[in-house]
Amino acid sequence: MSTTLIEITSKQRNSNSWEEPFFINMGPQHPSTHGVLRLVLELEGETIVHCDPRIGYLHRGVEKLAENLNYNQTVVLSDRLDYIASAANNVAFCLAFEKLFGLEVPRRAKLLRTIVGEMARISSHLLWLATHALDIGAMTVFLYCFRDREWLLNIFEKICGARLTHSYVRVGGVRLDFTQEIIDELYKFTEEFPNRILEYETLIDVNRIWLKRTIDIAVVTAEKAINLGLTGPVLRGSGVPYDVRKFRPYDAYSEVEFEVPVGERGDTYDRYKVRMKELRQSNWIIRQCLDKLAETKGEPVLAEGAPDLLIPEKIKEPEPKPHPKKGFIFTGKEVDVVPPGEAFASIESPKGELAVYVVSDGSNKPWRLRIRTPSFVHISAIPELSRGYMIADLIAIIGTLDVVLGDCDR
Amino acid sequence: MEELYKEINERFSKFLLKLEEKDCPVITVKREGFLDFIEFLKDFGFKHLIDLCGVDYLNYKPEKKEERFEVVYHLYNFEKRALIRVKVPIPESDCWQYSLTFLWETSNWFERECWDMFGIKFKGHPDLRRLLMPEDWEGFPLRKDYPLYLEEDKEWKGYKELKRKTKGEHS
Repeated sequence: MSTTLIEITSKQRNSNSWEEPFFINMGPQHPSTHGVLRLVLELEGETIVHCDPRIGYLHRGVEKLAENLNYNQTVVLSDRLDYIASAANNVAFCLAFEKLFGLEVPRRAKLLRTIVGEMARISSHLLWLATHALDIGAMTVFLYCFRDREWLLNIFEKICGARLTHSYVRVGGVRLDFTQEIIDELYKFTEEFPNRILEYETLIDVNRIWLKRTIDIAVVTAEKAINLGLTGPVLRGSGVPYDVRKFRPYDAYSEVEFEVPVGERGDTYDRYKVRMKELRQSNWIIRQCLDKLAETKGEPVLAEGAPDLLIPEKIKEPEPKPHPKKGFIFTGKEVDVVPPGEAFASIESPKGELAVYVVSDGSNKPWRLRIRTPSFVHISAIPELSRGYMIADLIAIIGTLDVVLGDCDR
Repeated sequence: MEELYKEINERFSKFLLKLEEKDCPVITVKREGFLDFIEFLKDFGFKHLIDLCGVDYLNYKPEKKEERFEVVYHLYNFEKRALIRVKVPIPESDCWQYSLTFLWETSNWFERECWDMFGIKFKGHPDLRRLLMPEDWEGFPLRKDYPLYLEEDKEWKGYKELKRKTKGEHS
């Protein structure tokens, strides 16, 4: 069934009675749909009867492209998925590939990955808070959040030279080590940031308009949330303490302490509270990792058997013993570069559970790369969450789910 | 997990094709007994459907795979903290699979995407139409015999029309 805008309007024009359902088209160019999300709404007055999200406006075919690029080039594609927190995407891809290759990442690289992952979480949550508050009508929070996000992006620029698409994490470790300047700057940031969180909270925590717009909006019970496949802060807002960092620890999360905040009622306000608590936890994790970095000073940040940036299609097997004069002797037998098989890795990205499933046929390119992104699942839940609410609440619902369309359409 | 293996071997030995231990338990079942099997897994505690995707094994046949397609499910158990992978082979000539929308609402869009990309039909799906590609797109892009770049005369007609229009304005 296809409903274009022309069909919708002609349906309305031809209808005889005003009680007919009223169709409205929201997006794809709409400031509060966070990208190019199009929603076809069926309304009764101002109440939503049915909502049909149309996605695919940002579909770049990352899964198809990845089948034609080698493993290290694929990591660069992952930056373009959730471009707000690209460091987290890099980690998910690399974890899956390392599982496939059988690589063990050095401890210092694990710590560095954890730090950039949590920095990505903070910057993503700050952007979420800024735009969510702006959608609902609080302009000041937007400016405060962007001020602090700018600080983080500047640190990112010092780390790897890029502000948005980092590609800092690579298969087998990370690209570069931190300099002392970055560590000092991060210490300063973690010292100051808890005060900044207090600033945001004084602005909106007990703000009457904020409370009226968020409390008891889009309530999801725990059971419903699991059935809808929601993950991340949205699921935790409903009281389910599922966090991949605790349930299947990766990188250095098993050696740091942190709490998993959960909500009670499962409404928009609870999800806001959960994310604010997460900001503090992330800050604390970065702090612990920085302390641990001092213990591992000077250690390598890349695993020994890490593949080169340009992985050859097939390699010739070297002789077991190097020749005294000619270096290595290569026999004629060709062997696989990558062990054939399959691997699955998932991480707790700022928006939810990001899972990567990779099938390898032994060549330097993945045979199949599947990316399960949180935004995709969250948008699929909008019809269920928005039923019976007003159009104005729909803006709050899109905001509270924290979707990025680059993540959704892939 | 021992209990799980025992129950599976007892109750589903007819439909079980393979039970392996890789990075997580991997269970390959026949399509015929799939619905009962997945319902049993959900009752057993695998309540979180992480992912559902299709894989096309056109020229690559590891472990003597006979069928061209495979639908792969990843399930998670919150209490036991266990991950499980379920695979169902789908032949090319009879390309369909049972829908799980009556068990998980989240499988709705996963299945739509799988249909969109691989052309695997899902029986019992309430609203099976294209998701990421335009509705009048021809072919299934993630199949291995679908090229990365389309020839010019095979391009999507919406794009052709757009090119025609812009050319007309400039000349």
